[in-house]
Amino acid sequence: MTDHVEGEPASDAGEAEGLAPDSDAGEGRRNFLTGASALAVGALATLAPIGAAVAAILDPLRRGDGETDLVLVTRLSAVPEDGTPRKFTVTSDLTDAWATYADAPVGAVYLRRVGEGVRALNVVCPHAGCFVGIAPDGSRFACPCHRSSFDLDGVVNDPSSPSPRDMDALDVEIRNQDEVWVRFQNFLPGREDKTPV
Amino acid sequence: MRDLLDWLDDRTGYRALLRGALYERIPGGARWRYIWGSTLVFAMVVQLITGLVLWSAYSANAQGAWESVWFIQNQMMGGWLLRGIHHYMAQVTIVLLVLHLMQVLIDGAYRAPREVNFWFGLILLQLVLALSLTGYLLPWDQKGYWATKVATSIASMTPVVGPSLQQLLVGGTEYGHHTLTRFFVLHAGVLPAGVALLIVGHIYLFRRHGVTVPKDAADKPDGYFWPEQVLKDSVASLIVMATVLGLVLWSGGAHLGAPADPTEPYAAARPDWYFLFLFQWLKYFPAGWEVVGAQVIPGLVLALVAAMPIIGGWKYGHRFNLGVGAALLAGVVMLTWLARAEDAADPAFAEAKAEADAMADRAAELASTAPGIPAAGGLAMLRADPLTQGPKIFEANCAQCHRFNGHDGLGGQPSEPASASDLAGFGSREWLAGLLDPDRVASDEYFGATAHVRGRMVRYVQRGVAGFTPDVQDDLEKVIMAVSAEAALPGQAEQDAAQQAEIVEGRALIASEEINCVRCHTFREMTEGDVGPVLTGWGSRAWMLGMLHDPTDELYYGEDNDRMPSFGVDESLTPAEMGLVVDWLRGDWTTEHTPEP
Repeated sequence: MTDHVEGEPASDAGEAEGLAPDSDAGEGRRNFLTGASALAVGALATLAPIGAAVAAILDPLRRGDGETDLVLVTRLSAVPEDGTPRKFTVTSDLTDAWATYADAPVGAVYLRRVGEGVRALNVVCPHAGCFVGIAPDGSRFACPCHRSSFDLDGVVNDPSSPSPRDMDALDVEIRNQDEVWVRFQNFLPGREDKTPV
Repeated sequence: MRDLLDWLDDRTGYRALLRGALYERIPGGARWRYIWGSTLVFAMVVQLITGLVLWSAYSANAQGAWESVWFIQNQMMGGWLLRGIHHYMAQVTIVLLVLHLMQVLIDGAYRAPREVNFWFGLILLQLVLALSLTGYLLPWDQKGYWATKVATSIASMTPVVGPSLQQLLVGGTEYGHHTLTRFFVLHAGVLPAGVALLIVGHIYLFRRHGVTVPKDAADKPDGYFWPEQVLKDSVASLIVMATVLGLVLWSGGAHLGAPADPTEPYAAARPDWYFLFLFQWLKYFPAGWEVVGAQVIPGLVLALVAAMPIIGGWKYGHRFNLGVGAALLAGVVMLTWLARAEDAADPAFAEAKAEADAMADRAAELASTAPGIPAAGGLAMLRADPLTQGPKIFEANCAQCHRFNGHDGLGGQPSEPASASDLAGFGSREWLAGLLDPDRVASDEYFGATAHVRGRMVRYVQRGVAGFTPDVQDDLEKVIMAVSAEAALPGQAEQDAAQQAEIVEGRALIASEEINCVRCHTFREMTEGDVGPVLTGWGSRAWMLGMLHDPTDELYYGEDNDRMPSFGVDESLTPAEMGLVVDWLRGDWTTEHTPEP
């Protein structure tokens, strides 16, 4: 195969000579230019589809602004008065890709009375994202996956617990005397700092 | 015909290609030990075929994945077998891969000039593991959902790029539709394409280098791939297929859990068995060291294995490699065994597993019973199920005072003793008979621990009913039938229909001189003093919903209400939640025996 490029200024000899059939220096230079042009034109031709594909693949990075509003979770009367934690489902309006859901279950929290107030903990384990349970004797939180262990305040209570941080506390507001509102958020697991997803 | 084939060969050269493929010379002849690669090719082809057909019935979205897999499994002709083969062949493939790798190690078949092919094989192993990982999520059941959450959490721990990597995998910040579309394109598109390319390269390089001939074969006559080796390969493939079919039949097919629910704990979350060693491994890394356990060490181990062709060229390199291989295998087996043993010794895990199985069975029962799966999906279906949701609502909102058969609805015991009636069977004849039993009315089963223990009803039962003559007792039984019939309990429907005459009689007797319920209660148009809860429609769905909504309403306890909260007025329960707990208490839920409407 012989291609000709006309009127191109001379440049350094190509490096692809090893692959090409026998050639003298001038032909080698022409071949290099042809080859370089072929690659450049080819790259130009695929730029648009590849660019669009990369953009679409990276789209999820634009999602999630980290801002969440407080949502009504339950009534104060439903949180046990004796300070034992109780699990509550958090429902909220949700948009998942193309679909919007009114009052969809988005997660769960443990609510627990502390003095006059209520403390809220996300049920998700900060270690690897499992659903933390309450130990059978009710004395602590225990993750069923990799043995993370927390006291009832959500604080790591076992030096061998693999969780890098305490359970994720969430903002709570009591409104109109008995409405428990929680700022429900998930946080990145497996790190010491509490970074919203 | 001959001419036609000649023409085709002239234009395509297919004969030379076929000859090259089939009449590969095998030094020392065909052998059973050469089957492993071929069984893997066979397994991949099976996965391709079954996977493509599964694809034709699968829907990758959060309201279609579990639902379409349920349909494949339970409604499609041969669907359970198809999915079963795909599921178990994936597992057998991993076993075959490990055997293949072990053979390559033992034979030293990774040494020059086969280094690149060894690396191809290692990449193939990882691609197959990635196929298993992505495939585990696709049914969108509790098991796959929670196990995969751990996997993507591990991805998020990657230094620097972790959070972005996780977001790209998950298709957003939270699991949802795009998690499925992305996992599906990996599972059914990107990874299989990679596997296909690498297999072609793997076989090309294998043909280029030939088999690694064992020493004892050197003096044997040469053979050919076709037909001697192909026969052996076919027999081996048949054995592989028989094993897979055996597993499918023995297990009853691939399991499908309850639909994924981000708000329901799944304590039985475990990866499939071939990842259990990694799962167990992670338990040993304290806070701050997860990345080391989940990524650094596995990465280093892989790098060491990848370096084996180079190490193998050193003096004791091959022995070293064999040692590493044996140690790795032993470590994996031991970690897997430990994971299993720890779960087996943990009663909480057994309980979680039983609970998960019960939910899975219930979801399957609901899906297969009219009205079936709604458009909103399997999770919405399960969340509208009184049988499974009722007890949870009862435990959270009612069991502080009430009991259900002596427990909190879920089988547990609240810390405080019961301080209101036991509501199991509420509305039934048995429940009413107990209430009207002088020995039981003031017990903890009924009014014992309430303010009503000093009320008129208890006095009426203990003084009035206790003195009834046998004739009046018979009348009272009819009154019980009549009042209980107001509840229209599904479980009592047959009895009520059969004893219509007694019920009609009982209705009149409610106002009889001796029994005279209407002195305090209103029944239909009969009333004298409207003090106690209305008996019209007593125990019916509407009556109970009204009671939950506001027990201080004049129709119910009015001012005499003890401590019962007004769940509806306070909005502490939604109408849907009240409906679920009422339907559960009334035994009103879908079962397989529910007649079609």
